[in-house]
Amino acid sequence: MKNNILIIGGGPAGLEASGILVKMGYNVILVEKEKQLGGHLAKWDTLFPDGLKAEDLLKAMIKKTGGVKYFTDTQVQSVNILNKSYNVILSNGITVLADAVLLATGFDLFKAEKKEEYGYGVYEGVITNADLEQYFKGNFSIKKPKAVGFVHCVGSRDEKACNPACSKVCCATAVKQACHIKEKFPQADVFCFYMDLRMFGRHYEDLYLKAQKMGIRFIRGRVSEVAETSEGRLLVKAEDTLSSKPIKVTLDTLVLMAGMRPSESGYQVGHQLNLSVEEDGFFSTKDTMLSLQKSNLEGLFFAGAATGPKTLPDTLHEARSAAMEIDNYITETFNKR
Amino acid sequence: MIDFGFGLSPSSRVNLDLRDKELFSKLIETESDALKCMACGSCTASCSAGVFEETSLRSALLNLQNGNKEKALNLLSHCMFCGKCTMVCPRGINTRHLILSINKIYQAR
Ligand SMILES: Cc1cc2nc3c(=O)[nH]c(=O)nc-3n(C[C@H](O)[C@H](O)[C@H](O)COP(=O)(O)OP(=O)(O)OC[C@H]3O[C@@H](n4cnc5c(N)ncnc54)[C@H](O)[C@@H]3O)c2cc1C
Ligand code: SF4
Ligand code: SF4
Ligand code: SF4
Repeated sequence: MKNNILIIGGGPAGLEASGILVKMGYNVILVEKEKQLGGHLAKWDTLFPDGLKAEDLLKAMIKKTGGVKYFTDTQVQSVNILNKSYNVILSNGITVLADAVLLATGFDLFKAEKKEEYGYGVYEGVITNADLEQYFKGNFSIKKPKAVGFVHCVGSRDEKACNPACSKVCCATAVKQACHIKEKFPQADVFCFYMDLRMFGRHYEDLYLKAQKMGIRFIRGRVSEVAETSEGRLLVKAEDTLSSKPIKVTLDTLVLMAGMRPSESGYQVGHQLNLSVEEDGFFSTKDTMLSLQKSNLEGLFFAGAATGPKTLPDTLHEARSAAMEIDNYITETFNKR
Repeated sequence: MIDFGFGLSPSSRVNLDLRDKELFSKLIETESDALKCMACGSCTASCSAGVFEETSLRSALLNLQNGNKEKALNLLSHCMFCGKCTMVCPRGINTRHLILSINKIYQAR
């Protein structure tokens, strides 16, 4: 009999792991709470650092999942640990007895309205990185801007927002989006307000250099407040910390780089299993070096942004490692093969 | 509105809306590499003139971007064109040439 593996979350991590596990010969069941697969990837237009189409990547990933039984629009209702397996009841009434479970519940975007001083939800011109991707996908329009600003670290590196950690992906996202705006509106002035630029990955520095050459202005300083002018534009204040001068500029669109926070519905599942989370709210892994895919429970594994902010390549690596860890675990525990 | 200079609190705030973009674009036409500066400060640190008089290409570029032409020119006025900064710039900018161009474009009357 084939072992049942349950994957919770049909984002990049869950999809990649399920495709591999099916090829290894397991019976893979994937549950996704949304109506469609793909997680956040389904919401993005093009990807840093090379401008790959998110849609193409997602299609390629879904193609590899042939043979996976998946349930969309389905939640985990309850989880019980039996002797060596997990008894999981889904919201569609189906019960799964799984020999291993992979938590690939990902992240939630930081709710930008919490940073009141930026006026998200108050001023029309203030949008988030996720909104801008929707715009790039053609799902809404903005009027031709004269000036556009990007605010880095919104809800990240900020004790006031209860998150001292860096979200890792938003510097590269800001630079990518800034280039995209400049390509669409070459006449527009584009500003990035950053504290440190974290362009750590392969090709990322090239992206930064490209943005510089396009004339995008990087201002080192955190935006302190946003107000509306009488013409309905946005007056933005910050310090240009490199010249130690307060600075102000009027913009038409301000894009907030909302960070990555732990997934609320992922937490609900973890809570039922008494899984511990770290101070940052993301799940704790068994250790911090050797067993990043393992939890403190036998047979329960993690992949992707469920254990902290990650880029897509990071997420996919983790999914592949998790598939391997699960295979090892099943072989050792159930003495198969 | 004319500013008579009698305002209660003269602001030291840089107003990017009012900066002169024309000369800067003219500079970029001949010295596109100026955009590549990542404000590392190597030029300032290695500057031979800077030992005696405040000299900083990094800061001058920033002041030009902020529309503060006088300050920028002051920061370059003691440059001796020794070219040391060109040797250290990690972005490979021909800084010495850039300074010559800044002087030429911004000092032209
Ligand atoms: C604005 C922005 C832009 C980005 N752009 C890039 C980029 O260009 N390049 C790049 O490399 N990375 C980018 N990233 C990072 C990328 O989005 C993540 O690495 C990736 O989405 C993580 O995948 P994941 O599967 O772990 O999580 P997610 O994408 O969050 O997927 C998790 C899935 O699990 C589901 N789920 C959660 N809880 C449950 C539950 N209880 N039951 C059932 N289903 C559940 C969710 O609905 C979701 O579908 C970006 C991130 C942001 C915020
Ligand atoms: S990646 Fe950049 S924008 Fe995002 S939290 Fe880290 S430093 Fe801030
Ligand atoms: S060329 Fe001018 S700015 Fe550069 S190191 Fe020499 S004196 Fe300093
Ligand atoms: S050395 Fe080059 S990159 Fe560094 S501050 Fe000077 S001009 Fe800019």
